[in-house]
Amino acid sequence: MSEVALVNNPNVGLDKTQKGGPYVNELSTLNLGPTHPATHGIFQNILTMDGETIVDAEQTVGYIHRAFEKIAERRPFYQITTLTDRMNYCSAPINNMGWHMTVEKLLGIEVPKRAQYMRVIMMELARLTDHIVCNSILAVDTGALTGFLYVYQWREFIYEIYEEMCGARLTTNMGRFGGMERDFTPVAIEKIHKLLKELPAALKEFEGMVMRNRIFMDRTQNVGGISAERALNYGFTGPNLRATGVDYDVRAMNPYSSYEDFEFDVPVGTKGDTYDRFLVREEEMWQSLRIIQQAIDNLPEGPYHADAPHYYLPKKQDVYHNMEALIYHFKIVMGEIDAPVGEVYHSVEGGNGELGFYLVSDGGRTPYRLKFRRPGYIYYQAFPEMIKGTSLSDAIVTMSSMNVIAGELDT
Amino acid sequence: MENQQITDALQAQFGADAVYGVTESHGILQFTTGVDNIVPMLHFLYAHPEFKFQFLTDLAGIHFPDAKGQELGVIYHVHSLENNVRLMIKAYAPIDAPHFPTITGLYAAANWMEREAFDFYGILFDGHPNLTRILNMDEMDYHPMRKEYPLEDATRHDKIDELFGR
Repeated sequence: MSEVALVNNPNVGLDKTQKGGPYVNELSTLNLGPTHPATHGIFQNILTMDGETIVDAEQTVGYIHRAFEKIAERRPFYQITTLTDRMNYCSAPINNMGWHMTVEKLLGIEVPKRAQYMRVIMMELARLTDHIVCNSILAVDTGALTGFLYVYQWREFIYEIYEEMCGARLTTNMGRFGGMERDFTPVAIEKIHKLLKELPAALKEFEGMVMRNRIFMDRTQNVGGISAERALNYGFTGPNLRATGVDYDVRAMNPYSSYEDFEFDVPVGTKGDTYDRFLVREEEMWQSLRIIQQAIDNLPEGPYHADAPHYYLPKKQDVYHNMEALIYHFKIVMGEIDAPVGEVYHSVEGGNGELGFYLVSDGGRTPYRLKFRRPGYIYYQAFPEMIKGTSLSDAIVTMSSMNVIAGELDT
Repeated sequence: MENQQITDALQAQFGADAVYGVTESHGILQFTTGVDNIVPMLHFLYAHPEFKFQFLTDLAGIHFPDAKGQELGVIYHVHSLENNVRLMIKAYAPIDAPHFPTITGLYAAANWMEREAFDFYGILFDGHPNLTRILNMDEMDYHPMRKEYPLEDATRHDKIDELFGR
């Protein structure tokens, strides 16, 4: 800045300690959101700023609240799957399968090994997309657009695998109670192999560009940190908790869907800052690739769904030619099959942490009560504490690295 | 650490009638307790040298309109990460005065969970720092997850239960 500009600036040279002056201790309010490019979703932060420094923050959420828990109380179980993929839409298959496993627990359905492995593959692919989004957008928020383009085409490629498995890309509605809707097609297998072969190069390129980049490190190290104690108290789970050094991973602690068969590491950070969250997500992507490789190499033969005709939709061609299939088809689609009385809590490791389903069934065709434990909703509470005393630009990268997804926040 | 140990320790500390309705659902211990017991019980479980229930997984409201005097309930899901043991504690209050103590003093995570339960069920958490609506708009004058609000349009004739043999 030139000297002339400094002279013309009315704030320069003001004695900040002087009482009664026009600029002394004046706080300003800044609305970050509801629609702001850096929030990547619809939620608002009302920041109280002292110049560049954030003094206080108040969050407003609920802009895209769609009353999923209420709607679920009126829907047959299988129709609720479509609600779950609209929660964390960056990793919809994990939500779908978490819900399927919850209901299978209630119904007592045993899922065949092949279907379990297929689920693991799809869930790890979903984790890859989730982390690709979070990390590459974090790089964009710090000003590095190119790296984002390197990895984002692979997210697109994973969506093609989704398409092959369920016909949809974003809101997948993948799988059924009892297993998968269809077996892996040769195209899907081929694409998974291609991904395993070629994603590592793109990921390495991305990491080479960002991970030891001085600008990126300066922007993210010691920014938005939280201690392990506070993170646990705030109910953090997933990569955000592991970045603080706590190795809690539902996949390792309470294995579901045959996760105990696979060898993988649970990466942890040390400081819980933005850079650690980035590193934990990067390493988890490598671990996901490792799990997919093991699962596809050891994919068991056999059926891809359980023999549960009351709950598993029959094949369409059977519906036209087979009386029993027609009856079951009708009963399932109309939601005429009652579930047993019971109470189930099941959780899976979602893209952002422990994604839990608390299901109370009174023996009817719909749940009596269904509560989604959305990890993002719970850890986002800590955001004001994490950004107090930092600058606005630090708050942006902190929010970006927490991977707050509006759909998950608001159900 | 067995589930039996937890109930025994709680009954020794708070009296035999403080823990009732003990069941187990897929390995997760569940029991019911009185509203007054919640805070001391959670503090006890939190600070216990062995149990260490220091992680609040979730908090869910629930409405049973037919249970007179115990219409509104709260289910606390706590998790002992060290022992990998989960626990569900339930408590019920009448709908005319649905007062529950806040547990935000123990778990910071409870803040928004309690606000959500207030928003959807009208459960009042005494001592909560900011008990306002969170997901619904502030102008709303009812608590939508209560069972008296049907979800679908009551004028629809194609969804009459008897047509489907229900």
